[in-house]
Amino acid sequence: MAQYVVRRLLLLVPVVIGILLITFLMKALIPTDAVTAMYQGQLSEKEAAQAIATLRAKYHLDLPWYQQFFIYVGDLMQGDFGESIRLRKPVIDEIGYRYVNTILLTALSLVIALVLGLTTGILAAARRNTWLDVTATTVGLFGISMPAFFFGLLLILVFSVWLRILPVVPHGWMAIILPAFALGIIEAAPLSQVARSNMIDVMRRDYILAARARGQSEMALIFRHALPNALIVVLTVVGLQIGNLLGGAFIVETIFSWHGIGELAVNAIQWRDFALTQAIILISAATYLIINLVADIMYAWLDPRVELVS
Amino acid sequence: MAAGIRSPHTLLDIKGLRTQFGSGRNPVNAVQGIDLQIGAGEILGLVGESGSGKSVLALSILRLIQSPGRIIGGSILFDGKDVLAMSNRELSGWRGRDIGIIFQQPQSCLNPVRRIGWQVAEPLRQQEKLSRKAAWDKAVTLLRSVGIPAPEEKALAYPHQLSGGQAQRVMIAVALALRPRLLIADEPTTALDVTIQAQILELLRDSCRDFGTSLMLVTHDLGVVARLADRVAVMYAGRIVEEGPVAPMLTAPSHPYARGLLDAAPRLGQMGGLRLRDIPGSIPDLSQPMPGCAFAPRCELRANLGLSACLGELPPFIPISEHHAARCWALPQADGIYSTPMTMGTRA
Repeated sequence: MAQYVVRRLLLLVPVVIGILLITFLMKALIPTDAVTAMYQGQLSEKEAAQAIATLRAKYHLDLPWYQQFFIYVGDLMQGDFGESIRLRKPVIDEIGYRYVNTILLTALSLVIALVLGLTTGILAAARRNTWLDVTATTVGLFGISMPAFFFGLLLILVFSVWLRILPVVPHGWMAIILPAFALGIIEAAPLSQVARSNMIDVMRRDYILAARARGQSEMALIFRHALPNALIVVLTVVGLQIGNLLGGAFIVETIFSWHGIGELAVNAIQWRDFALTQAIILISAATYLIINLVADIMYAWLDPRVELVS
Repeated sequence: MAAGIRSPHTLLDIKGLRTQFGSGRNPVNAVQGIDLQIGAGEILGLVGESGSGKSVLALSILRLIQSPGRIIGGSILFDGKDVLAMSNRELSGWRGRDIGIIFQQPQSCLNPVRRIGWQVAEPLRQQEKLSRKAAWDKAVTLLRSVGIPAPEEKALAYPHQLSGGQAQRVMIAVALALRPRLLIADEPTTALDVTIQAQILELLRDSCRDFGTSLMLVTHDLGVVARLADRVAVMYAGRIVEEGPVAPMLTAPSHPYARGLLDAAPRLGQMGGLRLRDIPGSIPDLSQPMPGCAFAPRCELRANLGLSACLGELPPFIPISEHHAARCWALPQADGIYSTPMTMGTRA
């Protein structure tokens, strides 16, 4: 197992280099460099030229691109993600607490999605073609067709405006409830369908028949025999969904004013705050990589047929 | 009524069992009125070609027929208990403890994500209420007894790490873990290498003998039956057409279908010029009503004798000797006519 993890980690090296290159090269896609853009039209021609020259030197913009790249990576290694032009402070200071907020939101919605999705999926499979199954499938279809941000607005309408259970702009821990449920319930829908179809598929297998022939109860068949098999596929979907959750968080955080990295990203782009945007992309990509790695390792752990050593 | 060998104790007593698949206008009658007994400690061979309903019968006995199939008539008594009247809870208690089954594809019958030892230990933990440790130790002992090499290590393996023969050994260990009184083996060696088949059959026979377990061996392979069975029943189109002790059944069967099966089986020492004979035609459509003998349309004997009753009326079991009977209208005919050996191969 350790060997497998190491191998998977080594495979990440080229991916990480690729991500760094792309975020670095984003600079090149902007017609003028950041410094020129900053001072254009704000100072006299001569002052500007001087200021630009100073800053270009400071930010190593005069060096060839590959040297700039090494400096960029070197700074990152030291935890220096640059300075936000808008916020006038190091990017890392702003991203830090917002990242924690986003992880909290994603984790809570994932828990909601898992609990809701797995329960309804397994129940629907066990009580196949009953009213329960039909209801779960129909509600699930709504969930799959509806984007999380729209569902979030509905939640605000129902719980804050009509029922007045939660304030429209809540503070403290209450603020996480609606966005977490908006994301969680929407992601529960596909999870439920995958769990249902896989459970139905697994329950038809020979080993379930053989276990039933040995006197195992239906409960034991579902939970001890079928579920561990069905979970293998469900896990793959969960891995992809965490990506969705992170992406969905960008919009949902903005709607619910949850101070996460998604809300910051939307602002950073509007502010044209290059260092901030760059850092957010980098950190999102890194998070995605880690989630994939964890999903792969769990996959190997759940399914003994996955070859751990090649 | 078939004239079964009356052992001192009849363990399984099936009467008029009917199993149907599908609904609507033309349901498939896979098992249509089967009478069968298995005595304590007896080995019964149930023989028939694919589609004859033998696997359906095996699953029916355990009440494992899944929708859209269902048992629509008859009775199954196991040691006097009415199996068809059992609740789901009673079935769970009965399966595994009193009756076991192993299937044709041992690899697909083992849960791919559970260790071998876990699967062998499961009935011991759930039904015998043994502790985790005690069940595991017993599982290792069982694995050793079915001839798994290095059972301590193999108990930690997963099913995909086993060969087919090993997997079937494991299945036998699981099925016999609670020492059931009847084991049904549905084509237990069909999916295995020829070299392994004999070993598995011997293991089955020896294990059943050691545990005093009766064995119902479902197979299309007469060689398997010859090796193990005390008694043989031949099935065709959902019915038993002949039943008797193994010796006469394999040397001089009376029903034309049983004869055909025997002629179709390759044997050593066969005269060089004789080729294997197949049975012309195929199994009838079981969704269509069959008033007469289901084999009649394929039966050369009927054609030769010009019997008219065969197509119109189901023949009863006609005794041949004390424990041997067959469902054939040709049997009451004069011995001389019937014993015209069909095996002489008049078809060039």
